[in-house]
Amino acid sequence: MSAHADSPPFLRHQFDDVLQQRTSAALGMWAFLLTEVMFFGGLFTAYTVYRYWYYPEWDQASRQLDVYLGAFNTFVLLTSSLTMAFAVDSAATGKQKALRRNILLTLFFGIVFVGIKGIEYTTKWEHHLVPGSHFEWHGMSGLRVPAIELFYVFYFIMTGLHAFHMLIGFGLLFTLWIQARMGKFSPEYYTPVEMIGLYWHFVDIIWVFLFPLLYLMDRS
Amino acid sequence: MSDHSFQVIPDMASNFSMDVDILYGFLVAVALIFSTLICVLVIGFGIYYRRGAKVDRTIETHSNVQELIWASVPFVLVMIMFSWGAVVFFDMKTPPENTLDIEVVGKQWMWKIQHAEGRTEINSLHVPLGQAIRLRMISEDVIHSFYVPAFRLKQDVLPAYFSQLWFTPTKTGTFHLFCAEYCGTEHSLMKGTVTVMDPQEYSQWLSEKTGDGPVQTGEKLFTQFSCDGCHKTDGTGNGPSLAGIFGKVRPLNGGGAAQADEQYLRDAILNPHKQVLTGYKSLMPSFQGQLTESDALAIIAYLKANSQSPAAAPASVTWNDAH
Amino acid sequence: MKRNYLNANYSIWSWLLTGDHKRIAILYLISITLFFFIGGAAAVLFRLELLTPQGDLVIPEDYNKLFTLHGVVMVFFFMVPSIPAVLGNFLLPIMIGARDLAFPKLNLASWYLYIIGGIFTLCALLQGGVDTGWTFYTPYSSTYSNTAVLSAALGVFVVGFSSILTALNFIITTHTMRAPGMTWFRLPLFIWSNYATSLIIMLGTPVLAITVMLVGVERFCHVGIFDPRLGGDPVLFQHLFWFYSHPAVYIMLLPSLGVVSELIACFSHKRIFGYEFVAFSSLAIAILGFLVWGHHMFVTGQSMYAGFVFSFISMLVAIPSAIKVFNWTATLYKGSISWSTPMMYALGFIGLFTIGGLTGLFLATMAIDVHVHDTYFVVAHFHYIMVGGAVMGYLGGIHFWWPKMTGRMYPEGWGRVSAVLIFAGFNLTFFPQFILGYLGMPRRYYVYPDEFQVLNVMSSAGASVLGLGYLLPLGYLIWSLKYGKKVGKNPWHAYGLEWETDSPPPTFNFDVMPVVTRPAYDYDTEAIEQQYAESDPQDQLTAPPPEYDLVNTKH
Repeated sequence: MSAHADSPPFLRHQFDDVLQQRTSAALGMWAFLLTEVMFFGGLFTAYTVYRYWYYPEWDQASRQLDVYLGAFNTFVLLTSSLTMAFAVDSAATGKQKALRRNILLTLFFGIVFVGIKGIEYTTKWEHHLVPGSHFEWHGMSGLRVPAIELFYVFYFIMTGLHAFHMLIGFGLLFTLWIQARMGKFSPEYYTPVEMIGLYWHFVDIIWVFLFPLLYLMDRS
Repeated sequence: MSDHSFQVIPDMASNFSMDVDILYGFLVAVALIFSTLICVLVIGFGIYYRRGAKVDRTIETHSNVQELIWASVPFVLVMIMFSWGAVVFFDMKTPPENTLDIEVVGKQWMWKIQHAEGRTEINSLHVPLGQAIRLRMISEDVIHSFYVPAFRLKQDVLPAYFSQLWFTPTKTGTFHLFCAEYCGTEHSLMKGTVTVMDPQEYSQWLSEKTGDGPVQTGEKLFTQFSCDGCHKTDGTGNGPSLAGIFGKVRPLNGGGAAQADEQYLRDAILNPHKQVLTGYKSLMPSFQGQLTESDALAIIAYLKANSQSPAAAPASVTWNDAH
Repeated sequence: MKRNYLNANYSIWSWLLTGDHKRIAILYLISITLFFFIGGAAAVLFRLELLTPQGDLVIPEDYNKLFTLHGVVMVFFFMVPSIPAVLGNFLLPIMIGARDLAFPKLNLASWYLYIIGGIFTLCALLQGGVDTGWTFYTPYSSTYSNTAVLSAALGVFVVGFSSILTALNFIITTHTMRAPGMTWFRLPLFIWSNYATSLIIMLGTPVLAITVMLVGVERFCHVGIFDPRLGGDPVLFQHLFWFYSHPAVYIMLLPSLGVVSELIACFSHKRIFGYEFVAFSSLAIAILGFLVWGHHMFVTGQSMYAGFVFSFISMLVAIPSAIKVFNWTATLYKGSISWSTPMMYALGFIGLFTIGGLTGLFLATMAIDVHVHDTYFVVAHFHYIMVGGAVMGYLGGIHFWWPKMTGRMYPEGWGRVSAVLIFAGFNLTFFPQFILGYLGMPRRYYVYPDEFQVLNVMSSAGASVLGLGYLLPLGYLIWSLKYGKKVGKNPWHAYGLEWETDSPPPTFNFDVMPVVTRPAYDYDTEAIEQQYAESDPQDQLTAPPPEYDLVNTKH
C-alpha cells in the first residue's frame, strides 16, 4: 500500500512522490484557470456583439464611468499582484515574516480595489445608471434607452463577476495567511502559495482586459 | 385535407418538395446499405466466430490500408451529401424576381397573414398555384417557426427581425401549417392550413376582402400617431422627410450607411435609437408597446406606396398588378 | 472476509466524507439512478398523453413541464455524469495503476455540487415546474415564461461545476499518475475516451454556465440581454447555448464509445483492431465537436455561408465515428466471441449507434434539415445515439464491471433477457419517430393531427417495453448484492489492471502498486479457445483465467 514510511508530512497519500504532487497541483490550477477563461469568454463574446451593434451609444455610456477611479484601481490591483509575486518568492526562500506580510499586503490592496468599486457602484445608483426600473438616461428621447442600458448591464455583470472572484480570492488569501502563521510553508513545500498566486494573477489579468473595454472606449 | 391513408412522406406541394425527397431518398439508401452491412457483419461474425466454433483465427491487429478505405469511402459519400444539400439550400434562400409578397406576423399562439391587396387571414394562408410567393415574417413576442411539411420548408420567425421564406406551390389542395419552434403553452395549437388555389379562384378569393388594406391602414396610423408632426414632407420638421424613402440609402450618425428596407423602417419606428440619420439628433420616441408589428408593417406598406423608386429592394409584384 | 473498499468502514460519515474514488462512484451510482427514474417517469407520462391525438391526460402547461423535466434531468443529471462519474470515477485510477485520483477532496466536492444542483432542480419541480424546454430558448425563457426558470437555471449552473471538477481531476490524473510502464499507448481505450470527454467538459461547460447565468440575471433583475425590446438578440442566446450543448452531446457519447471498446475486446478475447485510430478518433470527435454548433440553427436566420461551414464540418464528424464502428467490426472478425450480457449491449450499441449516426447526416444536410428540424426526426436521431447508444453502453459497462465493484455476479439469464427487451422496446419506441418526423409532426406537441396516431401508438407501446426493460436490471442487480455468486479477481478472463486486483478492490486499489510491461489488449485468442474446449461449460465463471501477467509483482 503506502510505501511512505519516510515521506514528508505534506505528501498526500495518493501521490508517489513530491514531484508528482507538485506537477499535479500546477497542472490542475492551470486547467482550472482555462475553464475560467472560457467562462469569462462567453461574457466577452456577448459584449463584443453588442459593442459592434451599438458602438455610438456604448461610447456615450462609457463616458459616464470614472476613468480616473478605474485607472487608479488598475494600479492598485497590479500592485497587489506584485506583492503576491513577492509572497511566492518569500515562501520559496523561507522568509516567513516577509511571506505573512506580503500576503496581508495583497489582501489589503485587494480590499482597496473592491472598496473603490463599491464607491463607483454607489455613484451609479445615485445617477440612476443601474439597469432596471430605476434606470434613467438623459440626452436622448425616452428615459430607458435600450442600447445605453445594455452597456450598463454588461458593466455591472462583468465587473461584478470579477469582484466576486476577488472575494473568493480574499478567502483564499486569508486561509493562506493562517496557514503561513502555523508554519506550514517552507522552501520544500509552498505549493498553495504558488497556486493561489496563479489564481490572483489571473483575476488581475481579467481586470486588465475589463478596464480598457469598459472605461476606455473612445476617450479622444 | 387530402386523403391520408398510411403515408410515409407528406404530400409534395411546392417546387422544393421533389428536390428534398430525392435527396432524402439518396440518404435513406446510403443509411440502409451501411446499417444493413454493419448489422449483418456484426451478427454474422458474432455467430460464426462464437467461442467454441472451430474456425480459422489467424489475426491481424491493424491495417492502415483498411483504415484509409473506410475513412475515404464515407468521406466521399458525406461530401456528396453536403454539396447536394448546400445547393438545394442555396435555392431555398434565393428568391427569384417578381415574387408575390405576403406578410406573416406570428404571435402567441396564432398566425396573422396579410396579403398586399388587403385581405387578412388568421391561421390560414391562401396562395395561387404556380406563382412564386415570398413570405416576410416577424414575431410579436417569442421565436416561432413557420412550417409547411408539404412544401418541405420552415423558417424561424423572430421578434424584431424580419425573416423570409419563398416557394412556388405546385399542387392545389389544403396542407398543414405548424408552428415548429416551441413558444409556450399552446404551441401545439398554433397551427393552420395553407390552401393552394387555381389562379382564377385566388383572384376571386382576394377580391372578397373586407375593410382597409395595409396601405390605407398605414396612412391612418401615420396621422393617428402624429408621425406627420415631425416627418413633414418638405423636411422642415424635427425629423427627415419620408417622401420616396423606401429603398434609399441613409447615411447614419457615427459613420456608415443603411438602406431603408423593411427592417430599417421597422427599427426606425420601434427602436429608433438603433440607427440615427446623419445631422439629426436622436429625438424620435420609440413606439414599442403602442404599435404592434402588424401596425408597423402597415405603415411600411404606406411608405412603400409613396416611394417613387423602390428600386433597390428585390422586385415584388402585387397579384392585381400582374393579373 | 478480506478488507476491501466496501467493508473498510461501515459508518455513514465514512461514506459522506470519503475521499475514496470508488465510494464516490457508488454515491454517484445511487444518485444518478434516482434521477434516471425521475426523468423516465416524466417520459412515461407524456408518452401516455401522446397515445391520443387530443390533449386528454394532462393540461398543456403540464405537458410542457413534463418534457422540460425529462430533458433537463436526463441531459444534466443522468447522461452527462453517468459513465464518467460512476464508471470513470471507479475505474480510472485502477486502470492506470494509481491509488486514487489526483484530487480526492475535489472529487467529493463534485458529488456534493451534483446533489446541490439536483436539489435546486427539484425545487423548480416543487415550485410548479419549468416549461421552457431543456434548451431554454429566449426570449421565452428570459421574459415570457411564468415558471420556475430561475431555480432550474441555478440547478444547471451548479451541476455544471460538478462536471467541470470531475473532468479536471480526470485530466490531471491521466497525465501525472500513470503507473511506471503505463505509457499513453498502453492505456485502455476507456481512458482515452474519458480523457477526450474531460477536455470537452472543461472547455464547453463554462460557456453554458455563463449563458444560464445571463438568463437568470435577465429574469431576476428585469433587464434585457436577450430581449429584443430592450436591444438584445435572442439568437445570440442560441449561439452561446449550442456552443456548449453541441459538444455536450459528445460528452454524453464519448465515454460509451470507450466502454464499447473494452467490451468488444474482452468478449472477442482479442486486441482492438486499429488501437491508435480508435484512440485518436476520440480526440478528433472532441475537437470537431466544438466547430459545428450552428447546425442547430440552419433555419434561425443565421448566415447561409456560416451554415455551409457548419454543415461541412458536421459531415466530417461522421468520419471518426465510422472509423470506430469499422474497427470494432474488424475486432470481431476472427475473434472468440462470447455472447454475455455486456457483449449483447455492446453489439446492440454498434447497430443502434450506426443508425443514429447515419441519421445525423440527414440533419447535417442543410436542405433536408429545413424540413425535419424541430420535428420528431430529430428526437428519433438523438435518442438512437443517446439511448440506443450511450445508455446501452452504460448498462453494458455496469454489467461488465459489476462483479469488480461489488464482488458479486448478477444472474446472466435475466441480464440477457433485459438486454433483448431493451433493444426491442427501444426500436419500437423510436423508429416510428423517424417516419413521424418526415411526415411533419413537430416536437413538443401535446396534440397532433389524427393521421399521426398509429405511429404515436407504436412509439408509446415501445416505451412501455423499454420501461420494463430498465426496471429489470434495477431489480436483479440489487438482488445480486446479497444473493449473487461471489467472484474472484477476473471472472471475465479480461485483460486490464482492474482485473489484476481483488473484487471488490482494497481501499487503495492494489496490494502492490503495479509496473506495466505489456501492450494494451494483449489478449491471446487461441488460448481462450483452447481453455474453452478443455473446460466444463458449467465452470466458465470460476475457471482460472489465462495468465495475464500485466504486472511485475517483484516490485
